[in-house]
Amino acid sequence: MTAPLIRVQHLTMRFGGLVAIDNVSFEGAPGAITAIIGPNGAGKTTVFNCITGFYRPTVGRLALNHAGGEFLLERMPGHEIARRAKVARTFQNIRLFPGMSVLENLLVAQHNKLMLASGYSVLGILGVGGYGAAERAAIDKARGWLERIGLLEHADRRAGELPYGSQRRLEIARAMCTDPVLLCLDEPAAGLNNRESAELNELLLSIRERDKVGVLLIEHDMSVVMTISDHIVVLDYGRKIAEGAPAQVRGDPAVIRAYLGEDETTPEAAHG
Amino acid sequence: MEYFLQQLVNALTLGAIYGLIAIGYTMVYGIIGMINFAHGDVFMIGGFIALIGFMICVVLGLGWAPLAILLVLLLTMAFTAVYGWAIERLAYRPLRGSFRLAPLISAIGVSIALQNYVQMAQGARSKPHVSLVQGGFNLYSANGFDVRVGWLQIVIVVVTVALMAGFTLLINRTALGRQQRACEQDMKMASLLGVNVDRTISLTFVMGAALAAVAGMMFLMYYGVIDFFVGFLAGIKAFTAAVLGGIGSLPGAMLGGLLIGLIEVFWAGYFSSEYKDVAAFGVLILVLIFRPSGLLGRPEIEKV
Amino acid sequence: MALSTVAPSAAAPDWPAALKDATITAAIALALGIFVSGFRTFDQGGLKFDYLIVDVLVACVVIFVGRLGLTLSSSAPVATLGLGVAALLAAAASFAAGKSSFMPSVFLSVVCAGAGLLLVIRGGWALAGRSGGGAQAIHQGGSALSQAMRLAFPWLGAGLFTFAVVMPFLPFADQRVMDLAILILTYVMLGWGLNIVVGLAGLLDLGYVAFYAVGAYTYALISTQHGLSFWVCLPIAGMMAAFFGILLGFPVLRLRGDYLAIVTLGFGEIIRIVLLNWIDFTKGPDGVGGIPGATLLGHPFAETAPEGTTTFHQWMGIDFNANHRLIFLYFVILALAMITNFVTLRLRRLPVGRAWEALREDEIACQALGINPTNTKLTAFAIGAMFAGFAGSFFAAKQRFISPESFVFIESAIILAIVVLGGMGSQLGVVLAAVILIGLPEWFRDLGQFRMVSFGLAMVLIMVFKPGGLIAHRDPTIRLHPANSRSGGR
Repeated sequence: MTAPLIRVQHLTMRFGGLVAIDNVSFEGAPGAITAIIGPNGAGKTTVFNCITGFYRPTVGRLALNHAGGEFLLERMPGHEIARRAKVARTFQNIRLFPGMSVLENLLVAQHNKLMLASGYSVLGILGVGGYGAAERAAIDKARGWLERIGLLEHADRRAGELPYGSQRRLEIARAMCTDPVLLCLDEPAAGLNNRESAELNELLLSIRERDKVGVLLIEHDMSVVMTISDHIVVLDYGRKIAEGAPAQVRGDPAVIRAYLGEDETTPEAAHG
Repeated sequence: MEYFLQQLVNALTLGAIYGLIAIGYTMVYGIIGMINFAHGDVFMIGGFIALIGFMICVVLGLGWAPLAILLVLLLTMAFTAVYGWAIERLAYRPLRGSFRLAPLISAIGVSIALQNYVQMAQGARSKPHVSLVQGGFNLYSANGFDVRVGWLQIVIVVVTVALMAGFTLLINRTALGRQQRACEQDMKMASLLGVNVDRTISLTFVMGAALAAVAGMMFLMYYGVIDFFVGFLAGIKAFTAAVLGGIGSLPGAMLGGLLIGLIEVFWAGYFSSEYKDVAAFGVLILVLIFRPSGLLGRPEIEKV
Repeated sequence: MALSTVAPSAAAPDWPAALKDATITAAIALALGIFVSGFRTFDQGGLKFDYLIVDVLVACVVIFVGRLGLTLSSSAPVATLGLGVAALLAAAASFAAGKSSFMPSVFLSVVCAGAGLLLVIRGGWALAGRSGGGAQAIHQGGSALSQAMRLAFPWLGAGLFTFAVVMPFLPFADQRVMDLAILILTYVMLGWGLNIVVGLAGLLDLGYVAFYAVGAYTYALISTQHGLSFWVCLPIAGMMAAFFGILLGFPVLRLRGDYLAIVTLGFGEIIRIVLLNWIDFTKGPDGVGGIPGATLLGHPFAETAPEGTTTFHQWMGIDFNANHRLIFLYFVILALAMITNFVTLRLRRLPVGRAWEALREDEIACQALGINPTNTKLTAFAIGAMFAGFAGSFFAAKQRFISPESFVFIESAIILAIVVLGGMGSQLGVVLAAVILIGLPEWFRDLGQFRMVSFGLAMVLIMVFKPGGLIAHRDPTIRLHPANSRSGGR
């Protein structure tokens, strides 16, 4: 078995007296889609916020391994996690740069590479050095992603003008433009219709197959989760209650209880 | 020791004034999350209304100090409150839902307009005022140094404490206070539950302005002089007090006011009076860097 | 009113409600004005006051009429028109009567005339809308105009620049015009500098004038004490200001927007207070005088040459003319401003510029993309400060005398207002706003304090009615598909 891409050990996060995550451990394999599911308030987004450096975990180790070395994410500031450990993410409520064009959004994602090429702006202002070539390469990369998400003809529109589904896909493309090894997607299918969510499945599978990027996925839409995940982690009230392959998790009594409650209520989420 | 005591008495008086202004900042920030940059100038307007009120009392032959002070106090509070209401209605309410810094820029505009309006109407020179309350008593004498407490200082502290107590009751015990706290938590939800959000915000501004008016009147009586520019510095110091105490917290505003009064008076008394404003600004910067939630405020959790 | 039958109204005017509303408005105006404007205090052997209550009452009547007219403009435009004409007639009568007018002051007559004009326009507008298609035509005309404006932007920029270059040689460019032009250009440069910080990076800096002061004092002190020339000091002053920008910015740039604003204001005031009180170093409130002016290739602009130099007019072999110095200063500030503009436009198209704008839009997303927010903000802060430093040392060289009085908070507010009015991030907007906010008030100096009141009110009105500023349009810094109306956006 290959070494895990990310290994979360004993992750605990407290806000004052509130325990949002309680001693959660799991692993994500490289080039695989690992889904984190659970009812609302189970602490899924908090796990993401710890992994991407927006929160500093109270206890726990978050180790990321790839060709560039091993990184202990809990010790790194957020922007370093994205830059050096190569973890990218999207947000539950889309966070694009709405006033900037679609293309600019994808160029900002390649900031660090371009910054270096522009000689930290000094050479760029003077117009010397290889910035022009670097920018052309960055535009080509952006163009490639725009083709994959079907937004090529909208490249010069303001990102905020795009329809909701396109914004979701653009945010994923923007995250991919940072050349990540781990992509954390926070409810990418939320608010999408059936057709769009099928397209999303395709996109995520192609990210796994073509780009060989490991994916951590938070999702409520079980049709997405059950179709594309390689491994599923189930959280409830901040604790891990089950873990395994989709078929395994689907039949787990603890999971059914967490979703349906102890007493009889209408089943809504665990189908598919 | 005697010098220290004297400074302490002076600091308490000044702190009371800052605390009264700080409440206006802290309430407005608590409810709509904006820095009401014009609040210092509302304080200045209060001072001018009080000045003219006292002069009218003289013209009308109202010489008995307690009655005159009470009348001017009520009149100042009432008329300055109209300023608070009008500013919110005209310059801030239309901006709810605009971009983040719009209300602050608008508030700077209001501040500039008010200062220059007063300068235009009343002239740029500072106005002297002879306080109705004179004299005092020696609290303590030693080594040929008298620690004096003016009757006026007592009036200021008593009025401030009474107002703050009444005010705390108002916020904690009445429906208005509840509605205010509801708006603070979640404006949309509050309005769904039948709270008149616009009215609640208006009343917050009215109350803040009324308290600033009292502070303006106290300032006028204490220093015996006022000009169109006093609101700028006093406003920033009171804002510092609100931040120091924990913005959004009423007891914090009072505590912060007191501390800023102490820092300013003791800095001027023991180091240099030229740099006393630097001390206040320095405190503001240090608090914001190292403890942005202030002494009594709750830390904010950033939502991602 | 019989006239109201002329135009069949969609909604019948609700007269009692309109009257009540206007009465309340007038009553509030009365409450606001009665003390501060109704009694004018003056110091003459003890404080006394004049009664100006009649003025306030008249003003309230004007406000009553104006409010009534505005309320009725949608339901009874004819009534609005009538009220407007009445107000205009009253103002005209007052002007005609001169000193014996029923209006207590000329100022009120002007206000009355303005209110009348506003009502006539509103009433006429609404009537035009009634009479079928009028408003629509106006609307279409408006959008065609804005389309034309957009197409004209690159040409407008080039045109303005050409005009700026030839302006000093045009016949109307006397000393007063040149002084004003230099002043406007100084503010354009400051506006462009602050635009980097506020417009691009979205950091509200209320202490920008501090860096202007650092630049001015750096040049003033180095040149008076060590005799270095303007051109040597200029980069030093810029560097010094940038250094202060980093020094002050580093600890505070992670603060939230409005806190950052207040802290920068605090820094601005601290620097001013230090300049005022560190008398050994800065000469305190007396200021620094005898600052040498800028020279052209070592030739000073003076009637007689200081030892060892030849003056400009001797060098050129022409007669001395005081205007030469002004023209020279004008081109110096024009060049400095254009450098600021060039660098800004260049930076906007570089990664750092895009990162600034991305930070303005969403700081959290930036962090998730691996952009270091503090460093990126710091570069914006430092570069903005550097241009203020350049402008400051120009200011010192032009004035020959500086004191802390020139660097008060209101200056920061004015520069901010220029950026905001222009449309945050828009370079051309800054130019237009500087001309409007600096140029117009200079021509109306006689209005005194009133222009500052309107200045403050203008800031409020812009935020309420046009928060995007004069030019809210933003062109992408790079395009994948060539656009048919590509804009240079000066």
